[in-house]
Amino acid sequence: MLDIVIIGAGPAGLTAAIYAKRAEKSVLVLEAMNYGGQIINTPDIENYPVNAHISGFEFASRLYEQAKALGAEVVFEKAVDIIDEGNLKKVVTNANLYECKAVIIATGSENRKLGVEGEDVLVGRGISYCATCDGAFYRKKTVCVVGGGNTALEDALYLSDIAEKVYLIHRRDSFRGEETTTNKLKKKSNVEFVYNSVVTKLNAEKRLKSIEVTDKEGKVREIETNGLFVAIGRIPETQNFAKLVKVDESGYVIAGENCRTDVKGIFVAGDNRVKDVRQLVTATADGAVAATEAVKYIGTL
Amino acid sequence: MIKISQDNFEEEVLNSPVPVIADFNADWCGPCKMLKPVLEEIESERSDVKFVSINIDDEDLIAEDYEVFSIPCLIAFKGGKEVARSVGLKPKAAIESFIGEI
Ligand SMILES: Cc1cc2nc3c(=O)[nH]c(=O)nc-3n(C[C@H](O)[C@H](O)[C@H](O)COP(=O)(O)OP(=O)(O)OC[C@H]3O[C@@H](n4cnc5c(N)ncnc54)[C@H](O)[C@@H]3O)c2cc1C
Repeated sequence: MLDIVIIGAGPAGLTAAIYAKRAEKSVLVLEAMNYGGQIINTPDIENYPVNAHISGFEFASRLYEQAKALGAEVVFEKAVDIIDEGNLKKVVTNANLYECKAVIIATGSENRKLGVEGEDVLVGRGISYCATCDGAFYRKKTVCVVGGGNTALEDALYLSDIAEKVYLIHRRDSFRGEETTTNKLKKKSNVEFVYNSVVTKLNAEKRLKSIEVTDKEGKVREIETNGLFVAIGRIPETQNFAKLVKVDESGYVIAGENCRTDVKGIFVAGDNRVKDVRQLVTATADGAVAATEAVKYIGTL
Repeated sequence: MIKISQDNFEEEVLNSPVPVIADFNADWCGPCKMLKPVLEEIESERSDVKFVSINIDDEDLIAEDYEVFSIPCLIAFKGGKEVARSVGLKPKAAIESFIGEI
């Protein structure tokens, strides 16, 4: 039987693996996609202590190598369920079943989708969830950004320097994001605000051609556009575990700074936990705490 | 993986006797760097498909011609024509099944 199974090889999961291995526990890390998690999408991290600049790819690779060198095993399988039998936990993946003493859920979060028909097939054909990743493809073109938080505002600002025209579509008439960014945007001559509106239709011919937005009064407006950047937040990847551990109304696992869930022996770490700041430094901190707590828990068995 | 430019695109991709998997990527793209070793691994396992690499910053005209708007993007060519594409970083098994279907 393994000591600890960690679900997710993002910054939280891999840091947990480092701490657990250094405490001489046997560790298996399960990863559904790629090691490193979301951070591989960013070309430059400027706020992680010690390194003034590091790319997301390099951050992820170095963290992965560090965990591997300490003996953590990483397998590329998706965890679909956890079965709690008290002192014994079973983690079910799409390929195997692993028995262990403690589990750390470090599954992070994923982009929230618009939920409009055709969205999935148009990803990479006009629809994007990452302005810094795909913005460069829209030089001198027309783009729309959907959302009202900081990410949407920053995406719109970033794109306004690249694209010819930027529409910022928001379902309310004021923004939740920072006022300074909002003010910068208002000064841009190529940014048009579309308030009180939601995207209701995507028109495509092989690729996105236009979108339809519907306002509060039910009035429909068609906007011709080459790109649609969706920035309406992220959702925690906790669907598979929400029937076992307590989550809040948005799906974030409920646990305090000690990363303990309401189920003994099951811990949570990273962006999928209820918290205020979702960043690398808080994800890695969670990883350290969750692993330490898991080691402590195993000591009591 | 052969590096593709305007000069050899026709010869290596469009006129290739075997199907081609073209990997559109860029130096600043982290997911592309993650995908590369996976592609190289599959390349070493298969001789019936040719793998090529296209840097979208150097070869923006090719990227524009094929309407690549997000990377990593894999385009499968057969007989000089695009027959399928896969956008985004995916695990090895998913890439293998994408290649298997062409
Ligand atoms: C574009 C972008 C730029 C960012 N820039 C910064 C920055 O500059 N500085 C900063 O501090 N933060 C930044 N962040 C935020 C930072 O990336 C996150 O806070 C951090 O990655 C959270 O780590 P995590 O391990 O909790 O989750 P994630 O990074 O989301 O990792 C979770 C991992 O779990 C895997 N997983 C999910 N479900 C399962 C399952 N069922 N089975 C197996 N594996 C599963 C996922 O595939 C993923 O690899 C940025 C985020 C984005 C998207």
